[in-house]
Amino acid sequence: MDVPFWNNEVETASRSQLEQLQLQRLRQVIGWALRTPFYKKRLGQAGIHSPDDIRSLQDLQRIPYTTKDDLRLSFPRGLLAVDMKEVVRIHSSSGTTGIPTVIYFTREDLDCWTDLLARSIVGTGATADDIFQNMMTYGLFTGGLGLHYGAERVGMTVIPIGGGNTKRQIQTMRDFQTTVVHITPSYLLHIHSRLGEDGICRDDLALRKAFIGAEPHSENTRRKLQDLLHIDAYNSYGLSELNGPGVAFECVCKKDMHVWEDAYIAEIIKPETGEVLPEGQEGELVLTNLVRRAMPILRYRTRDLAFLYPPGCDCGRTHRRLSRILGRTDDMLIINGVNVFPSQIEEKIMKIPEVATNYQIHVDKKGALDRLTVKVEIYPKLFLGEVATLEALRQKIVEELRSSIIISPAVELHEPGSLPVFEGKAKRVVDDRPKE
Amino acid sequence: MKIMQISVFLENRKGRLYDVCSLLGTNDVNIRALTIAETESFGVLRIVVDKSDFAIQLLRDNHFVANFTDVVAVEVPDRPGGLASILKVLAENDVNIEYMYGFVEKFTDKALLVMRFEDTDFAQQILAKHNIRVVAEKDIEGL
Repeated sequence: MDVPFWNNEVETASRSQLEQLQLQRLRQVIGWALRTPFYKKRLGQAGIHSPDDIRSLQDLQRIPYTTKDDLRLSFPRGLLAVDMKEVVRIHSSSGTTGIPTVIYFTREDLDCWTDLLARSIVGTGATADDIFQNMMTYGLFTGGLGLHYGAERVGMTVIPIGGGNTKRQIQTMRDFQTTVVHITPSYLLHIHSRLGEDGICRDDLALRKAFIGAEPHSENTRRKLQDLLHIDAYNSYGLSELNGPGVAFECVCKKDMHVWEDAYIAEIIKPETGEVLPEGQEGELVLTNLVRRAMPILRYRTRDLAFLYPPGCDCGRTHRRLSRILGRTDDMLIINGVNVFPSQIEEKIMKIPEVATNYQIHVDKKGALDRLTVKVEIYPKLFLGEVATLEALRQKIVEELRSSIIISPAVELHEPGSLPVFEGKAKRVVDDRPKE
Repeated sequence: MKIMQISVFLENRKGRLYDVCSLLGTNDVNIRALTIAETESFGVLRIVVDKSDFAIQLLRDNHFVANFTDVVAVEVPDRPGGLASILKVLAENDVNIEYMYGFVEKFTDKALLVMRFEDTDFAQQILAKHNIRVVAEKDIEGL
């Protein structure tokens, strides 16, 4: 098997070399983190006042976990460790309760991140000869720009088309003979279902690889995509808090994703107790970013459930592999690759006076794509018999929700008392998507 | 002379229209005129009935979202151009019609149309001025 490397030395470093590097970088990142009000306090409480307080990787366990709430409460600058003058890029993700989280990058941070993505891309066997159509959303999301710069660094021909507009995507794939795409698995299935329209068939395309990420999917979905399109599909993992894509990526072996352990320390913990679990056991993934100076994040609880393999892979890389994401510890929904928290929807709905207090969030599949429907009950006193008023209300709810959760939901108006009522904890989310 | 139309909010659910009609039917309320305004996700049923006060209370007691809307029942000559002659008067006098629909059956040699106007009072003045007959609420109860 021909195994391509981007940085052979780092990718195949011995475990002891890797751990040495991790310790050195952990101490460095502790130094950076201590410049932020948040970590100065948090680490201080744990008795860590300088990098010298970290003597071995075992000392990592003295560091308290960081949560999404911590990031929210520190918004916007509580975790910024450098002067804003040094920050060259900001990314952001929508927050669970309307407060977004923000990520800062210095020029060197972007350089490190880009290098991890170049490494990830080359690890799949893609090369500078490839035509790369990046079908992830650009903008504040990290998915689009992350892979974009990684692919440019590899020397691929990059088509920064972004998400959506299926017809144009397929035409572009034909016109430029795209060989590699970056896409969510559900969107790739949708693209496949639209092939044949406008007279463009699979045989008119040169597609050979897909990087699929931004939403959890099963091995069956990967196989289905590979069989339908006759391509190789590689799983990708990342989250904006830890830069975005490029935290872990599959190599040519396609047996789960190498975590780039020179840049991240991965741990699996028991979500209920915080106890660190051994390799092979499923739990919550916790990540420490070792190479981001503008905004260090230590032991971040991703709320993604997965397990780590012991070191070793047929490709020769020593970096441990991460399983597919097996679930979430919270109620976050992933709708066509976009993270949506039910609380975001609730917050918006409850601000609209014409809407009564009961509502339901319904998710199902329409073809290959996820469909989000928000059902609300109307307030009887405000019904004056006019369709236009109700339709305007419905549109207003759609707009309000779209501004908060990015994607556009279907909104249904219902009669009061028609949606299920709950005593105690309401079950507002009904997810009818087929489980694989 | 306005009459009372009952507007009922209907969510998009199988059998919901049947529920309304069967409730009215078993309580001896007769529907004289009916139309449905529909959108992708919901509908509004508009009805004129013989006992409007009783009917709206009945609907509300049974948890329907229902409200009165002012409409006018206009007599229209039942011949080619009959409706056009009335619309001409309304158009010439800048009376806006929001929607209209017909009664289920005829009671005289004239056809009877339910019209919802942007400004009901003004519309009634214009109709009266041009001797266009409208039907009173009590006439509908007796129909």
